[in-house]
Amino acid sequence: MKGLRKIVDNMKPTFEKGGKLSFLYSTFEAFESFLFVPNTVTRPKGTHVRDCNDLKRVMSMVIVALIPAMLFGMYNIGYQHNIAIGGDMGFWQMFWFGFLKMLPLIIVSYVVGLGIEFASAQIRGHEVNEGFLVSGLLIPMIMPVDIPLWILAISVAFAVIVGKEVFGGTGMNIWNPALIARVFAFLAYPSHMSGDKVWVAGLTSGEGIVDATTGATPLAHAAMNELDKIPSFCDMFLGFIPGSIGETSTLAILIGAVILIYTGVASWKIMLSSVIGALGLGFLVNAFAEPGTFAALPAYYQLVMGGFAFGTVFMATDPVTSAQTETGKWIYGLLIGMLTVIIRVFNPGYPEGMMLAILLMNTFAPLIDHYVVQSNINRRMKRAVNTK
Amino acid sequence: MSNHIRLSKGLNIPIAGNAEARISKTVFSDIIAVKPTDFRNTTPKLLVREGDRVLAGAPVFADKYRPEILFVSPCSGTVQAIVRGDKRKLLEVRIKADEKNEYLQHEKINLEKAGRDEIVDAIVKGGLWPAFKQRPYGIIPNTTDVPRDIFISAFNSAPLAADLSFTMKDEIGNIKTAIKAFRKLTKGKVYISLSAEDAASTPLRNIEGAEYYIFSGPHPAGNVGVQINNISPVNKGETVWTMDMHLVATVGKLLATGTCDMTKTIAITGPRAINPSYVKVPFGVSVKSVEEFIDKSKGHVRIISGDILSGEKISEDGFLGFYNNQITILEEGDKYEMFGWMKIVRPKKFSISRSYFSWLTPKKKYDMDTNLNGGPRAFVMSGLYEKVVPMDILPVYLLKAILAGDIDKMEQLGIYEVIEEDFALCEYICPSKVEVQSIISRGIDAMIKEMA
Repeated sequence: MKGLRKIVDNMKPTFEKGGKLSFLYSTFEAFESFLFVPNTVTRPKGTHVRDCNDLKRVMSMVIVALIPAMLFGMYNIGYQHNIAIGGDMGFWQMFWFGFLKMLPLIIVSYVVGLGIEFASAQIRGHEVNEGFLVSGLLIPMIMPVDIPLWILAISVAFAVIVGKEVFGGTGMNIWNPALIARVFAFLAYPSHMSGDKVWVAGLTSGEGIVDATTGATPLAHAAMNELDKIPSFCDMFLGFIPGSIGETSTLAILIGAVILIYTGVASWKIMLSSVIGALGLGFLVNAFAEPGTFAALPAYYQLVMGGFAFGTVFMATDPVTSAQTETGKWIYGLLIGMLTVIIRVFNPGYPEGMMLAILLMNTFAPLIDHYVVQSNINRRMKRAVNTK
Repeated sequence: MSNHIRLSKGLNIPIAGNAEARISKTVFSDIIAVKPTDFRNTTPKLLVREGDRVLAGAPVFADKYRPEILFVSPCSGTVQAIVRGDKRKLLEVRIKADEKNEYLQHEKINLEKAGRDEIVDAIVKGGLWPAFKQRPYGIIPNTTDVPRDIFISAFNSAPLAADLSFTMKDEIGNIKTAIKAFRKLTKGKVYISLSAEDAASTPLRNIEGAEYYIFSGPHPAGNVGVQINNISPVNKGETVWTMDMHLVATVGKLLATGTCDMTKTIAITGPRAINPSYVKVPFGVSVKSVEEFIDKSKGHVRIISGDILSGEKISEDGFLGFYNNQITILEEGDKYEMFGWMKIVRPKKFSISRSYFSWLTPKKKYDMDTNLNGGPRAFVMSGLYEKVVPMDILPVYLLKAILAGDIDKMEQLGIYEVIEEDFALCEYICPSKVEVQSIISRGIDAMIKEMA
């Protein structure tokens, strides 16, 4: 431990002002503070003692919460591939197959994203913010497994630069950066991002595929009103369905949700209200639905299909882009749930409503907060009038 | 008593080094200091020169723009040094105290007959007007203002704060005198707030003439600002006054005897305090005279005049602040911690966050140090500050209004109701390490400038 500190201390002058590599100071600082909590002390005036919680810890909790969904996603890549080729792979074989498919996606996402993040921190002379540690893992998890790496790289770059850095970095952005990456890929490269084939590994190239396999996601079936082809609720809850890598298993996502709520990192109010919104509107739609159409699908199916669970737990709760007042969080979540169902059921062009619903509500979150803040202001003004 | 207000928001920081309820030392003579920097919005005009003799209670400097407001010497002695900082800013007037105090004797007033002006005059001339703090802004009020109400907190909830039912137990008579006088200073009421924990036993529970409220809940329940917000909040255009209970006793003594006896019982506390306990000291006592309480054996220490949330760091030859009743001694956190944030458990550190496991040991006290425990970042998390602010105020929005320099928004969002200490816990828990209190200071300074 002392040895490592010594090595870092020896390197430090090279990166500090006047040193040969001083233009890389932010990068050095990021690695140093990754290994060591810095020796900075509190200011002479103000709070002299600080809680030991910092953003690194907060962000790493989100990563921990993502792990169950990520591991299941790896397994499911192999599982779906195995069905598609009519093979007889064992559990570990399927997992290993998925792991090898997923790894390049994660590496590309982190290398591109962190590269830009480090560079912009350097330009601004800031410390590197931890925000991308989460986004960098979220992005591959909401992509189809067969996405070409170059599209992923461009999407990540777009998300980090246009979705975040132009606003001033983590904490200043309007939209969830991971969703910006997804929506960019979706709109810029529709042939690679939609249709039925991209969701199962190997289906796009078509080698050794059993004829009956379509690779369509349950949502795609539902949008075509093919309710009979939708897998069982149980299969969808557990996650043995085609879809974006991390989104399929509601169970694994729920484990993540428990971790996030328990550690207080994500708002349970947003999660709960989003579920209430989806269920409420879902049942309403059910009541007026023609039998055999998407609208007639029981509302609780909405919760386990597509990206609803993943979006609710990991994307809608992003503290920067969600509503920030406590009352605002209820309204924000409720509207996300409702909008998702509306987009899914009434707009067959975009079966995945969750992404659009969250981005739309990200846009309106400041407006919701504005009215909540205004009510606090009005209360204060009224008080002043009443006492006079 | 039916006025019971229950607060659930807040946090008691479990830091080690609570003062034992005994007086372990009485400091008599020493070098003491009067520090103009203790008083917000005050430009000092010196009234003495180096080498001058002063009596206890004799003015040392006055406010340049309100010359009637005097700041006096706590003891008799010789002005030893006038310490200035950058741009010749007056920092300290150091006085070498005599062996025996000689007091400046003021006329005694008859409280039963005295009118408002007479009482104001007595407090001003006695040099204790600065004991009053006005909300908005936490500044010394004008002598001509009439406050809507006067609020006094009869308990401290700040970490390791002096226990008022112990330090005030011999001062009840003086406090009664002061409250009687304060009743004539306001058209409204004089409120005293008790803690639910000792409301039935504290000697401060039956002072005639005061309107009592009981508060329960964690810190900042004892902050007078929080109490005002929950009893009768300050609206635009209104002013209320507050006074620290120790100073209430001092003012009471001045009114009763005509002499300004500036001594108080303060707590010496903190993880690096040897035998944390109470000492009787003159106002502005030097750290040197309580040196034996400082444990320097385990690395650098920080000495704070006040508590760990809102106190001020003072050097080893520094002096106690006018409004502080406590000296806190803790370790400087100027060292690296390897893999700190990655550790699953950090048994030596406390966190309000459940991502660490300190919530499993609620009784444990921690040897906290001054490490920032992370790097400064932009606001990221939401909903955290709200957990420790038991007032009808949206902390983050007020802070953002201040950062944006938006005077109207600050006013609308409650700048009149807060001073730094009310938001100190936000600063403590902030994972982005935002300097919340200095932002509030900036906001208050901007308001004072705007309204001037």
